[in-house]
Amino acid sequence: MMELLTGPWPWYVTGPLIGLVVPMLLLAGGKQFGVSENLRHMCAAAVPTKAEFFNYDWRGGIWNMTMIVGVLVGGAIAALFLSSGDPIALSDAAIADMSALGITEFNGLAPDSIFTLEGLSTVNGLIMIVGGGFLVGFGSRYAGGCTSGHAISGLSDLQLPSLIAVIGFFAGGLIATFFVLPWLL
Amino acid sequence: MNKPAYTRRLGLYLLIGVYFGIVLTKSEAISWYRIQEMFRFQAFHMYGIIGAAIIVGLISVQLIKRKGARDLDGQPINIPPKNMGSGTRYWLGGTIFGLGWALTGACPGPMFALIGNGIWVMLPAVVAAVLGTWAYGALRPHLPH
Repeated sequence: MMELLTGPWPWYVTGPLIGLVVPMLLLAGGKQFGVSENLRHMCAAAVPTKAEFFNYDWRGGIWNMTMIVGVLVGGAIAALFLSSGDPIALSDAAIADMSALGITEFNGLAPDSIFTLEGLSTVNGLIMIVGGGFLVGFGSRYAGGCTSGHAISGLSDLQLPSLIAVIGFFAGGLIATFFVLPWLL
Repeated sequence: MNKPAYTRRLGLYLLIGVYFGIVLTKSEAISWYRIQEMFRFQAFHMYGIIGAAIIVGLISVQLIKRKGARDLDGQPINIPPKNMGSGTRYWLGGTIFGLGWALTGACPGPMFALIGNGIWVMLPAVVAAVLGTWAYGALRPHLPH
């Protein structure tokens, strides 16, 4: 039983379980699933600004910020109690491509050469972690949502703007993967 | 809602978040490697997760709408449609977001789950994301939407 929980969970189990967050939030309080909205709340609550965009009562987003604290706790619970520690079963093709770019180890969740404090202190690591984070924050608010708000929540409601945003997500991801990362890795 | 009820409800959102954090981690969707594999079209894994999540979300939303379901407070559930405008914000903002998604290998939800997994460099990534949001707010009057 425990091995079933600590081993990898197949996509056809985790995908539907992620999708269920949409009705959970709607039924709990008519709330819509969208994680990046929290970045705006954090800004409005903690960063001094005169911009009109942050001139609203961020307390209305306390429920969402509470949820995101839960996501952090959930990540820790999964890491501490539900992890086998085995490397992720990536496809051979992906390992071959990433190896060709100079990635040498595939243990854990992300390459240690970049996603550690040592990696962060390199120019390339800084671009990927801090530059990438900045683009995620800028782009998600510009687009009015991220993977949860547009790809899952928006497409679940058959919203055309969300479909356009998701196509944008992939366009940006492909540009970064094939034209930017080869220079950084 | 009175105060104790409000606090209880926050507890419920916290629990939903814990659930989401566990499932996200176990799905491996928080892995930089999995995101690379997805953008290189070298496995079905991420497409399966996102596709199955949308199908379950879609069925749930349709059921909630057709049955006229109410939330725990007994309020009708309404989902406001997104305003298309010129559409620029969706493709341009989406593309900017996608660039960041592939570089960090994490969208906002997974960033928080990764911190929980002890990937501490996601903390500066979240701070940078908040600053990116701040920059968008400052530039918003000058950007096409």
